[in-house]
Amino acid sequence: MDQFLQHLVNAMVLGGAYALLGIGLTLIFGIMNVVNFTHGALYTFGAYAMFIASTALGLNFFVALPFSIVAGLALGAAIELTLLRPLRGADIDTTMLVMIGAGIILQSGTLWIFGGVAKAIPSPFPDAPLTLGSVSISWLRLFVLVAAAALIALAYAMINGTRLGRAMRATFQDSDAAALMGVNVRFIYTATFALGSSLAAAAGALLGPVYVVFPQMGDLAAVKAFAIVILGGLGSITGAALGGFILALAEEFGAGYVSSGYRDAMGFLIIIAVLLAKPTGLFARAERVG
Amino acid sequence: MTRYLPPAILVVLALLPLVLKDPYLLNALITGGIFTIGAISLNLLLGYTGQLSLGHIAFFGIGAYASALTTLGFDIGIFGDFRIVHEGWHPFAGFIVAILLSGACGYVVGRLSFRVRGAYFVIVTICFAEVVRLVALNWVELTQGPLALTAIPQMKIGFPGLGEITLRTKAQNYYLMLAVAALAYVVVARLVSSRFGRAMRGLKENEQLAISVGVNATRTLTVAAAISAAIAGAAGSIYAHYFRIIDPDVFLFTYTVTMVIMVVSGGKGALAGPVIGGLIFGTLPVALRPYMAPEAQWIVYGAVLIAILFLMPRGIAPYLDDWFASRRRAPARAPVAQPQLEGQP
Repeated sequence: MDQFLQHLVNAMVLGGAYALLGIGLTLIFGIMNVVNFTHGALYTFGAYAMFIASTALGLNFFVALPFSIVAGLALGAAIELTLLRPLRGADIDTTMLVMIGAGIILQSGTLWIFGGVAKAIPSPFPDAPLTLGSVSISWLRLFVLVAAAALIALAYAMINGTRLGRAMRATFQDSDAAALMGVNVRFIYTATFALGSSLAAAAGALLGPVYVVFPQMGDLAAVKAFAIVILGGLGSITGAALGGFILALAEEFGAGYVSSGYRDAMGFLIIIAVLLAKPTGLFARAERVG
Repeated sequence: MTRYLPPAILVVLALLPLVLKDPYLLNALITGGIFTIGAISLNLLLGYTGQLSLGHIAFFGIGAYASALTTLGFDIGIFGDFRIVHEGWHPFAGFIVAILLSGACGYVVGRLSFRVRGAYFVIVTICFAEVVRLVALNWVELTQGPLALTAIPQMKIGFPGLGEITLRTKAQNYYLMLAVAALAYVVVARLVSSRFGRAMRGLKENEQLAISVGVNATRTLTVAAAISAAIAGAAGSIYAHYFRIIDPDVFLFTYTVTMVIMVVSGGKGALAGPVIGGLIFGTLPVALRPYMAPEAQWIVYGAVLIAILFLMPRGIAPYLDDWFASRRRAPARAPVAQPQLEGQP
């Protein structure tokens, strides 16, 4: 039972970051119909931005975090403006391949600049964990959980409560009708991609200090993001948030009770199982499935 | 003209080792060629059925492991005391097992994943490749995990009446690669011009319409996936016996990307596409190596992929086709010009 609670707490921390990754990806797919293969690279970018900000730039940890998120936002906007905007109307395979190309450039660029050696991001939190009964959690992980929850809530509020969010939802439902109603769809696409990218960068910036930072860290993160999004149904934000926690629970308990070697396989097995049993995802509206 | 081009290119490629003695270049050609075989098989799916499989390297890797393990032998426990012990077989048997096993895996994966299309299909295939990689990494008893399978015997080929040769030199392996590549090319060429090939293209153009005229969509796509996987498995087998070492990194996504780049740049849905793409991206690392680090080379690959999608979305082969077609039309105009020439002197 003690072990069970410990796994549950670990899963919640991981799940928060996964949910951020998943929400970013599902927004981009749902609104733009683009399968974003730069998502993993943006996650890595966020972690490296955090690394640079807190070491080379000497910023405070709590300043470095928003810095990394804004950097992700800017990079996402740049990718959308240079690569995706000219390809509007191209088929999904083309944009997918262009995104793969961009992902390769970003990842190889990171490897070229920083080298393959893993880097550690200094954390301002005390090393001694917080112990509650039989469950212990490091202060850093606790912060990650709280920050992720706050960012998820922020993204939710933005999408459901602001004018921009309403325009995004309108574009999601019918981009032509939204354009006719005066929504600047081109701007919505850029905003969506930038927002999705900043969420991926946030996930990287949060998990970077927990683990280590290395150029290939985004590969697995990207596939996990796909797993989360499929689990929740492509385009469903609530689904992605729940999917992030479900994947984290499956990984944590799979690693704890089955085999730690296959920890990362859980996500893939979930995807395969979901797609075979219920291809629309657990929480999706049926009409989104192509 | 274009009819004689493939055999002509084959002859040129076959003569290449007589001129090229540099082992480094030969090695690069063999590696590039092995991935070109993979690209030829991927083109069958991506180019002719329109299904983007980003887990194609899984079949290549399964072929490599199957061939290596068939040749090396293994001894694994399944349930408790029940063990499967396999003595090493002839390397050529490994090659055959690789083709059959990869083909069977392709069939099963196709059977399951063709229930979904588009982005879903892409993601299922990526997941499949990752799961296989994790199995190769973790099933240490069978695959040695990250320690890699080493000392894989070199390929041996027996000729009736001539005895058996072991492929030791790079040139011999080059010819094996070339023979398998040519065979893969012919198989794909015959397939796509058959009734089955028309069914595949029908599904790509308009699935609903194809189904309505009696094409069995799932069956056609599944068989295409199985054949494609079998060819990739053959490439994997050559890879295993040539490099004589394989580790779970053969399943890396970047190798799938290499094959996709070859197909897309050369021209998907064109027989020559993966060959052209393979020649370019097989030799590009050699050309770039003196000038830049491997990471920088990958940046160039990514940029080339994007540039091709922006500038030549159909790939290089269709442009060459147009060029040949315009050359064929040119002689027809010649007689019109002739009377004027006669009047000149």
